[in-house]
Amino acid sequence: MDNDQVLLEVKGLQKFFPIRKGFWQRAVGQVRAVDGLNFHIYKGETFGIVGESGCGKTTASRCIVRALQPSAGEIHFRVDDGEMTDIANLSRDELQPLRRHMQMIFQDPFSSLNPRMTLFDIIGEPLLVNGVTDRRQRVERVEELLALVGLRPEFLQRFPHAFSGGQRQRIGIARALALNPSLIVADEPVSALDVSVQAQILNLLLELQERLGLTYLFVAHDLSVVKHICDRVAVMYVGRVVETAETQQLFESPKHPYTEALLSAVPLPDPTLRSQRIILEGEVADPANPPSGCYFHPRCRYAVDLCRERTPELEEVAPGHAVSCHRALELDLAGTLDAPVPQTAHS
Amino acid sequence: MTIEQSVEVGQEQITVDSEERIFVAGQMQLMWWRFRKHRVAVAATVIVAAFYVVVLGADFFAYTDPESTEAYRSLMPPQPVRFFDDGRLSPHVYAVSGKRDLRTFKRVYEADPDQKIRLRLFARGYKYDFLGFIPSDLHLFGVVGARVDESLFFLGTDSLGRDVWSRLIFATRTSLTIGLVAVALSLVLGVILGGISGFYGGVADNIIQRLIEILRSIPTIPLWMGLAAAVPREWSVEQVYFAITIVIALRGWTGLAREVRGRFLSLREEDFVTAAELAGCSRKRIIFRHMVPSFQSHIIATVTLSLPAMILAETALSFLGLGLRPPAISWGVMLQQAQNVETVALSPWLLLPAIPVVVVILAFNFMGDGLRDAADPYGI
Amino acid sequence: MQNDSQPILSVRNLKTNFFTDEGVVRAVDGATFDVHLGQTLGIVGESGCGKSVTALSILRIVPRPGRIVDGEITLRRETENGQSQDVALTSLGENSREMRSIRGAEIALVFQEPMTSLSPVHTIGNQIIGAARLHRQISKQEAREMVIELLGLVGIPRAESAVDSYPMQLSGGMRQRALIALALSCDPRVLIADEPTTALDVTTQAQILDLLRSLQDQKGMAIMLITHNMGVIAEMADQVVVMYLGRVVEEGPVNAVFGESKHPYTQSLLRSIPSIHSTPKVQLPTITGTIPHPYNRPAGCPFHPRCPDVIPGVCDKHEPELHTVGDEHLVSCFLYHPVPEAGS
Repeated sequence: MDNDQVLLEVKGLQKFFPIRKGFWQRAVGQVRAVDGLNFHIYKGETFGIVGESGCGKTTASRCIVRALQPSAGEIHFRVDDGEMTDIANLSRDELQPLRRHMQMIFQDPFSSLNPRMTLFDIIGEPLLVNGVTDRRQRVERVEELLALVGLRPEFLQRFPHAFSGGQRQRIGIARALALNPSLIVADEPVSALDVSVQAQILNLLLELQERLGLTYLFVAHDLSVVKHICDRVAVMYVGRVVETAETQQLFESPKHPYTEALLSAVPLPDPTLRSQRIILEGEVADPANPPSGCYFHPRCRYAVDLCRERTPELEEVAPGHAVSCHRALELDLAGTLDAPVPQTAHS
Repeated sequence: MTIEQSVEVGQEQITVDSEERIFVAGQMQLMWWRFRKHRVAVAATVIVAAFYVVVLGADFFAYTDPESTEAYRSLMPPQPVRFFDDGRLSPHVYAVSGKRDLRTFKRVYEADPDQKIRLRLFARGYKYDFLGFIPSDLHLFGVVGARVDESLFFLGTDSLGRDVWSRLIFATRTSLTIGLVAVALSLVLGVILGGISGFYGGVADNIIQRLIEILRSIPTIPLWMGLAAAVPREWSVEQVYFAITIVIALRGWTGLAREVRGRFLSLREEDFVTAAELAGCSRKRIIFRHMVPSFQSHIIATVTLSLPAMILAETALSFLGLGLRPPAISWGVMLQQAQNVETVALSPWLLLPAIPVVVVILAFNFMGDGLRDAADPYGI
Repeated sequence: MQNDSQPILSVRNLKTNFFTDEGVVRAVDGATFDVHLGQTLGIVGESGCGKSVTALSILRIVPRPGRIVDGEITLRRETENGQSQDVALTSLGENSREMRSIRGAEIALVFQEPMTSLSPVHTIGNQIIGAARLHRQISKQEAREMVIELLGLVGIPRAESAVDSYPMQLSGGMRQRALIALALSCDPRVLIADEPTTALDVTTQAQILDLLRSLQDQKGMAIMLITHNMGVIAEMADQVVVMYLGRVVEEGPVNAVFGESKHPYTQSLLRSIPSIHSTPKVQLPTITGTIPHPYNRPAGCPFHPRCPDVIPGVCDKHEPELHTVGDEHLVSCFLYHPVPEAGS
């Protein structure tokens, strides 16, 4: 992996939201939604960000595509195999020519499509505003895209309300692909869908990656989905990455106690695997008022005094495996792949 | 709750399996289909439409000049129309003669059953310009063989002997258009100021919101009184008319501005707006191609619901003598005559203008409710 | 399994329809299952499968235009002399005194959305006290003590002060715990949990599932767990009912349904879920198409248009019935089931 080109590098990304109160809406504090994020994504891979609600994964993904203005940090993005450009502080006009290289797939298949536009207008809009003014050319491209995501080209003049959740998600994917982007940021693309439809969309994403050589930043809370689709994963907790590694390694031998608990909490669709779960005490820390030291220490069963006092840095413990935990090297944590591979639903 | 989820999913999928026309139906088309199901709203729309037909053809529906006054036929009660004569359909009224009761000094009117005055449709009457430029003297109905302003007093006359029916028709024109103009004005103000407030936020939002709060906290009647008192006496009827619309619209825009601001704020968070932003759309395109169409149906509904308030405001102002003044004719101006108990007791027909006020307000409200429900994309 | 004992709640051939302008939706179409004390029955299915309407039907709170049109729901109640007595819930009026005495007291419901099921303007304590005093003759002071104990039981820290807090002051997980405490306030013997963890995070979900399990161990109540999450079902349930478009397609002990699933729907559904143990980055087996809308439910077996093992001429013409295929394991599928005579 290391030989591959880095497509995106995020350094010290921060996004704070002010808490406003009173008649004059003065800022009285801030929510540290993303609090110093570091990671990089190689060309052609799928990089996953997992975490629970409020961990900042969605905010981070929106900062990266610059739907939000980061408070601090750098976002280096490689355009057309050229030099890396820091897009974190570019203005609207400066961003305009770069937008086409990174697109987004949204979680909610209902709110992500304008109900007042036809499929042609929805999928064709990125083309139109990026200079494809010839209508016939656009029709051709939109039909091609519809076929690519498994929808019939005749659907061109239909409105989104004619489609089910899964089909709408395909439309959203077609729109994201319209400008041949190199990076697709997928924010929980399957979590709003029915179980039987989730697999269809995951398959489509995998197939598109193979055919078009796409790079995915895949944001999710469902660890099974992440395990299935990602090459490398970062686990976030209260605005920070606590652990990042190759998927197999992270699931096999997690080094952060939070990762361990997260992995253990996932209910598996196999009744023979009912095991003693690690039940975390307490609640996810409040990003407006985080605890001292390591944010996870109040819930951590391995916490020592050091954890309360000093914030751990994200440090590499093995090649490609970084953890932010003071005790990363001494702890022996359980992964999920230790259990024998069971025979679920026989075929 | 899951029940709602399944219903929602249901709605989405019924379209999948229905006919093709639903797939390619735009939002306005869908809105119309939903609106059509709302029977009361459809009926209300017909009534509102009928009122505006009267507005357009006021001269045609009136049969006498609303300004023609005659002291010798003041405060004449409504005249019953008889439809049958000897078992045949032949609408007619009895000729009326008035004389003064020397004991009460009140004019009393007596119908003469022997003198029947026949009514007919599409009669010739006073001359006017239809829609302002087509000269005509055709009226919906009139009388045969007599002067209409001496013989037909369908809804009676007022204290100056003017025909109440004809005046009511002209009052409808004034009252319903003043509402439209006021709403149009507050729509412009509301959309622009609400849009700035919602789209840009920050200081502009803060200032506009505080301004709205201040405007809304001023009691309506004193505000109107003050502004109406500032209207110079020597202004013409048209000038007063526009002054009054502005006075009404000055407060009317605040509700609309809040609505628009709220829409902008929630739409800014919609994923499809983010998607348009990421596609590289310009601000202008995002606002006019994505945001405005998304709330225009709501705006239509809100406007429909705010029209009756405007009409009521005008009526109330004029009733209090603060709004339009004679010689302008509006419902409020007409009702002003029915201000004292004596008139109401002796000539109750002067209260008749209250009926169209109630009917129109109710019709607008039902229509607005129907539109609002139809505009809701999650409604069934 | 102590299934030889009498069930506390038994549902037979339940049919609940919604009579809408567009047509009749058969939301629940012939559900049959038993709930036993001390056990968890899991009802699993995707959107529109009728799992929530089943719960509402049992509590007799089906919203209009829905109505139970057929079937029996029988609850075994303890009478005052210690005997047990079967009550047919379907024959009671929705607002009858007896139904009200059962709702909340004998059968309690925990909703998916903890924020909307609690009143924002009353304290947690007052809401639970109110519910408890509706069914029990206890003083306010006694009730308050009981509530504090309950809040402690469901794992809310500092119950003495939490009792006076408003729902918005609690986190999602804590609200769900408060809701469970509310449901438990009358010591119900059947707890219906409708997607109790769907709105929660994985680690909070694990906490709540753990709580439900330990409460069941302590109180011995029956739990009816409704969810779309196969993992939660595998984790919690003793018996499983799989529903598709209002019909029960398969039911049985959890190990049988997951280990030896028979119905093509259950089989494909389980195969299509990416698992932590499955091979990454390969195409998952999927179920083709989407769930049809209940207005346009396919004739015959509702699953036949998506079914990989469809028997043409049979599955699209006849509705399969539930048939035994193993120990307490029932499947409604013509693969395991004699095809009815033509014309019948």
